[in-house]
Parts: sequence; C-alpha cells; structure tokens
Amino acid sequence: MTEGVDTIARPVLEVSDLNVRFPASRDWLGRPTSHVHAVNGVTLQVRGGGSLGIVGESGCGKSTLAQAIIGLAPYEKGRVAIDGEDLQAAQGRQKRELRQKMQIVFQDPQSSLDRRLPVWRLISEPLHIRGGHSNAELHAKAGQLAVAVGLRPEHLDRLPHEFSGGQRQRIAIARAISTDPDLMVLDEPTSALDVSVQAQIVNLLLKLQRERGLTYLLISHDVALVRHFCDDVAVMYLGQIVESGPADEVLGNPRHPYTQTLLASAPSFASPLPTIAEVRMGELPNNRKLPAGCFYKERCGKAAAGCEAPQVLQRLSDGARHARCHLAQG
Amino acid sequence: MMTGTAELRGQALAIHNLSLEFPTFSGAVKALDNVSINVGKAEIVGIVGESGCGKSVTTMAATGLLPRGRYRITGGSVRLFNHNTLAMDESQLQDVRGKMVSTIFQEPMNALNPTIRIGKQLTDVIMRHEEASLPDARRIARDILADMLIGEPERVMKLYPFELSGGMRQRVLIAMAFSCNPGLIIADEPTTALDVTVQAVILRLIQNRARRTGTSVVFISHNVAVVSQLCDRLYVMYAGRIVEHGATRTVLDAPLHPYTQALLRCLPERVAPKQELEAITGAVPTLMHPPAGCYFQPRCKEPVDLCRSRSPQLAGSDGREVACWRRGVAPETSEQGSRQ
Ligand SMILES: Nc1ncnc2c1ncn2[C@@H]1O[C@H](COP(=O)(O)OP(=O)(O)OP(=O)(O)O)[C@@H](O)[C@H]1O
Ligand SMILES: Nc1ncnc2c1ncn2[C@@H]1O[C@H](COP(=O)(O)OP(=O)(O)O)[C@@H](O)[C@H]1O
Ligand code: SF4
Ligand code: SF4
Ligand SMILES: [Mg+2]
Ligand SMILES: [Mg+2]
Repeated sequence: MTEGVDTIARPVLEVSDLNVRFPASRDWLGRPTSHVHAVNGVTLQVRGGGSLGIVGESGCGKSTLAQAIIGLAPYEKGRVAIDGEDLQAAQGRQKRELRQKMQIVFQDPQSSLDRRLPVWRLISEPLHIRGGHSNAELHAKAGQLAVAVGLRPEHLDRLPHEFSGGQRQRIAIARAISTDPDLMVLDEPTSALDVSVQAQIVNLLLKLQRERGLTYLLISHDVALVRHFCDDVAVMYLGQIVESGPADEVLGNPRHPYTQTLLASAPSFASPLPTIAEVRMGELPNNRKLPAGCFYKERCGKAAAGCEAPQVLQRLSDGARHARCHLAQG
Repeated sequence: MMTGTAELRGQALAIHNLSLEFPTFSGAVKALDNVSINVGKAEIVGIVGESGCGKSVTTMAATGLLPRGRYRITGGSVRLFNHNTLAMDESQLQDVRGKMVSTIFQEPMNALNPTIRIGKQLTDVIMRHEEASLPDARRIARDILADMLIGEPERVMKLYPFELSGGMRQRVLIAMAFSCNPGLIIADEPTTALDVTVQAVILRLIQNRARRTGTSVVFISHNVAVVSQLCDRLYVMYAGRIVEHGATRTVLDAPLHPYTQALLRCLPERVAPKQELEAITGAVPTLMHPPAGCYFQPRCKEPVDLCRSRSPQLAGSDGREVACWRRGVAPETSEQGSRQ
C-alpha cells in the first residue's frame, strides 16, 4: 500500500471504549438494580471522506451505538470525538455546533418526518434551528438541496404523505446534508425500500459523498450493500466488535467464527442454502448478564480451550484486519 | 396457452387468467390482470416482484382470504387440488384452509393469539384438523416444534407468544402450518423481518419438510437471492401481471423480460463496489389508471411502437414464458388476452 502520511485523512469520528447500558429494573428509591448492556467497549474510527459499515444481528447494539455517537443516548464510560473534539465534554454553544456536524438518516422516513410540515420546512429545519436565516432564504436553500437529492422544486410546498417511500428518504437526506455535516449516520436507510428504489438512494448517497466529501457510518443487515457501499466494515455481536477491517478483506475472507456464520447465511445467488449445522443459529445471549469469556462461545462451533477467557480485538498478522478470537490468528 | 386440463391433475394449485379488482370511491384498482400460476405437487414455486405488484393478493384470492365484498373477480379460475375455491362459501373455505393449504405471513405476532399459550394454540389446530385426542395432539405438537429446532418444546408450549423472539414465533407458526399436513403451504414473505441466520434456518426447514413430505410450497418474496436459493421455479410479477416465469436458474441466469433484467441489475451483488447501480427510472404505474399496452413501457429502455398500444401476452415453450413484444411474440398469438 502507498500510504504517504499526507494521504491518510484524519479521522472525523473516533470512538474509544464506548459502553452504553440502560436500566432494566429499579429498587424502591428508583435506583437501577440491573442493566441491559447494549454496547460493551466499542472502539472505532472513520476517516474523513470514508465509510464504515456496521453489521450484526438484530439487538446486537448497532442503533444504540449510532444514538450514542450522535448524542442521543448517554453513556457513562468511553469517549466519542468528532473532528477531534469530545462531544459529551462539550458545553452550550460548542456542543450545539458539534451536534450540527453530525446528522442521522433513519430506516423509516414515514415516521421520522413531521407530517404537518411542508417539504421545504422539513429540509431546512436544521438550518432554522441553527438560526440566522429568513424564511425566504430557507425556502431558497431548501430548493437547492431538493435539486441536489433529485427532487423537483415544485415538490417543496407539498406535505410528506404525498410522496413515495423513496422520495421521503430523499427528503430526509436533503435535510441531513443541509448543515453541511462532517459525519452522516445512516441507520438502515434503504431497508424499507424496494430494490429499484434502494439503488436510486444508494447512488445518491455515493454521489453526495464524492461531491461533498461526506463521511458515512452505515448500519445495515445487508452484507451485499455494505460490501458495495463501504471502505471498512465492523461486525458486531452482543455489543462488541468481533471483527473489523477493509470491507473486501473481512467480507471476502471472514476470520471470526461469527462473521463466517453471518456470511454463510446471507442470501446469495452464487451459493446454495447453507445447511442447518453451518448456520449455528441461536438467540443472542442475554445482555443483562454478559458472558464471562468469549461472548460468542455458546454458539461457536470452534470453541476450544482458551475460549473461556475474555477475548480482545487484535490485529491479525496477515493484513489490516482485527478479530476478537484467539483462534483467528491462524 | 400451455395449461391443458390433462396437466391440471398433477397440480396443487392452478390459477388461470385470474383478474381481480378492488372497487374504491375514486375508481377500480386493477390489482390482478390475467394472472396464471401453476404449482405442481411437491414443487417449490417462488413469486417475486416489488411491493404492491400483487403477490399477496394472488394467493389470498386463491385461498379466499381477501375481505368479502371488497373485491371483484373479473375473470379467470382457481383450482386448489381440483377444487374451485372461487365458488366456495366461508365455511367450505375454512375447511380447505388447514386441510389442504396453510398460509404463513410475515408478521407472526398477528397470526398468533397473544392471550393463549403456544401449546394450546397448536393442539387446538391439530385436534380440529386431525381429529386427534388431546394427548396425541400434544405429542404431535411437541414433535413438530422439535422439527423446527425449537429446544425444550415442552417448555415453549407453556409460554405466551410475547415471550418468544420473532424468529421463534415464526418457527412456531411454520410448525402450526405443517401440523395439519396440508398439501400446499403458502409462505408470504415469512422471513423478511428476521435476521439472516434465522432466515437461512427457516428456509432450510421449509425445504427439508417439503421435500420429505411432498408438500408443495408457494414462496412469496421481494428478495430474489432468497428465491434463487429455495425455489424450483419462479414467477416474476409487475403491476398485477406475470411478466416472466420458468425454472429458477434459467430465469435468473438469462432473464428475458426487461423488467426481470432491470430487477437483477439494480442489485449491489452484481457490480463492483461503489460503481453506480442501474436503478430503474420512474415508478410503478398506478393500478387505477394503468398505461395502455405494456405496463412496463414507461420505464422500459427498449420499447417498440406496439408496446404503447397493446399488451404483450405470455408466450414461450418448455415451461419458460415471457410477456414482451421484443422477445419474439407474434401479435397474432396474443389476441385472446389483450383486453382493455
Ligand atoms: N432505551 C432502551 N432501554 C432499554 N433497552 C434498550 C433501549 N434501547 C435499546 N435497548 C436494548 O439494547 C440492545 C441493543 O439494541 P439496538 O436497538 O441497538 O439493536 P440493533 O442492533 O440496532 O438491532 P436492530 O437490527 O433490530 O435494529 C437490545 O437488547 C435492546 O433491547
Ligand atoms: N383491500 C384492498 N383494497 C384496495 N386495494 C388493495 C387491497 N388489497 C390490496 N390492494 C392493492 O392491490 C395491489 C397488490 O397488493 P399486494 O398483493 O398486497 O402486493 P404485494 O405484491 O406487495 O403482496 C396493490 O396496489 C394494493 O394497494
Ligand atoms: S474465542 Fe473461541 S468461542 Fe470465541 S469465537 Fe473464537 S473459537 Fe469461538
Ligand atoms: S413489451 Fe415493450 S415496453 Fe414492455 S417490456 Fe417488452 S419491450 Fe419493454
Ligand atoms: Mg437498529
Ligand atoms: Mg405482500
């Protein structure tokens, strides 16, 4: 690789040892007596203009991680920095400014857009909140953004219910890019759409990234989409990253047993249905009481001596990827 | 057309030229137009297409699950194991559903009664359809849950639906669908809301069980990759019409209809990372005012004059048919179905 110092963009997003838990039960004074451990020590970086995909099964903590990153879920342990600045430590105006550097697009544009507001208000709302613009300016700015995401200027005065799912997602994207964010968090942005519409939205997001140098964190169940969209990928299991690295490396030749199972199960034109034994289906372990050793041990087909010890995410000697499994070193 | 009566005898389901509309205040929604689908005994048949194209309406109409009085059959016929379900009243239909055909829907929560334990719901169904005693029904229920890889079936039978994960609920429903040994299972997006690991297992369970017992399966999905892994044959629907059908591998390896081709080309699987995907421009036509001629014409990259005025009919041979003027269909052969 030809990585001259000046070609390595510095990380826009840096997350270190992030832990997020929610109270699951309380005593008579209202103090939590047990917790749901949703994110358990996540460390990751996304460099400017790059894209990181997060995959993993339902409930493994992807959305909670996203919420913590954009400041919607509080955390007690760990650090989230955007452009090098600690979000949770920031106060007042600085905090608001940092928040404006990040925007999120959700899966369901139906429920994430206020149904009573016309499109131009929806698109320009983040700018309105920032302040300093007249209505006429906001309307004009919304018009430019609408065109940038493939909507037509005459759409601006309509209400969201007059649009299809794909168009509503365009509105959500226009709104997200309105503040010129450095980081866009995309939580399953195309899961509710038909594939032909998904293709339009994916093309749009990639085009916006090329034109504006946007940095993306994409959460998705769809391995094929992540392979297409992302430079890097992180695989999550029970609130931990179990494997991460360049998307082609991790998804082309997975080394952690969970990633291997996930990829064997993903629907594919090229391969037949996996056998039931290959899939090693099971429920996610209870996240109120985290397992002592490797989190994946209960389901792992390769479990052996050494797996009862906690596993650390370590770099494999051949290549750029990390895996959380003492047998993955090979 | 290819479906002679002689061929019908080996069929689990034969839908022939079915047309159906939903009357509404602003006009009729022509949900199905001349839909023909055949499902042989022990065959796994896929129906693919984007949301709203009529996949669910087709099978719901065939099994009498559409709301009475809210729709109109405007042509065609249905034979379910040689019974005319379109002519049946509700009690006859109830008899058919459960004995001959079971449907599994996408959201298992709606299909299970939230206030009744899993075990009782299962044994009730088994006792009703198999005329089994309670102990026998319990045993059958336990065996079928175990077949669905549900650990500790005895314990699970004592639970209420909300105490199970989505993947477990869906497996309970599949167990229920299989419990009365229907000849045909209709699975309508049964794994769409589930994780890929659970999905892969459920597809395997459906496949294993179908192969072992000779049950026919209609598998409805918008995910072509899933259908490619599970189904022997597939039908591609667009805006209430079948546009292409044939053996799964043949259709997916060499799609003939421009819509099928576009549907496969817009998937990220088939292009290099970050390369532009070939999105299908425009949108699906409204079924209240569909365009004249081919419904795909407004989005088609290669229409000819005829496409704007007349509907292409399915034509082909060897169980492979396509409805497209550019795929060698002579206009004369298509007279019969080009109603407007
Ligand atoms: N506000 C909350 N209070 C309590 N528990 C929560 C809360 N939000 C999330 N959780 C729990 O945290 C865990 C992670 O949830 P999260 O929504 O992050 O999963 P996910 O990976 O995004 O799943 P999906 O793929 O289904 O969207 C789950 O066990 C969930 O039930
Ligand atoms: N009860 C109904 N009243 C009016 N239109 C309906 C009704 N049910 C379905 N439709 C319409 O019929 C068409 C086909 O629907 P459906 O079969 O559910 O599509 P899908 O292929 O997604 O399963 C759609 O245009 C839908 O809006
Ligand atoms: S550490 Fe052991 S149990 Fe965990 S993934 Fe590796 S082999 Fe499996
Ligand atoms: S009939 Fe004409 S418009 Fe329709 S798919 Fe074929 S070429 Fe395209
Ligand atoms: Mg989520
Ligand atoms: Mg449907």
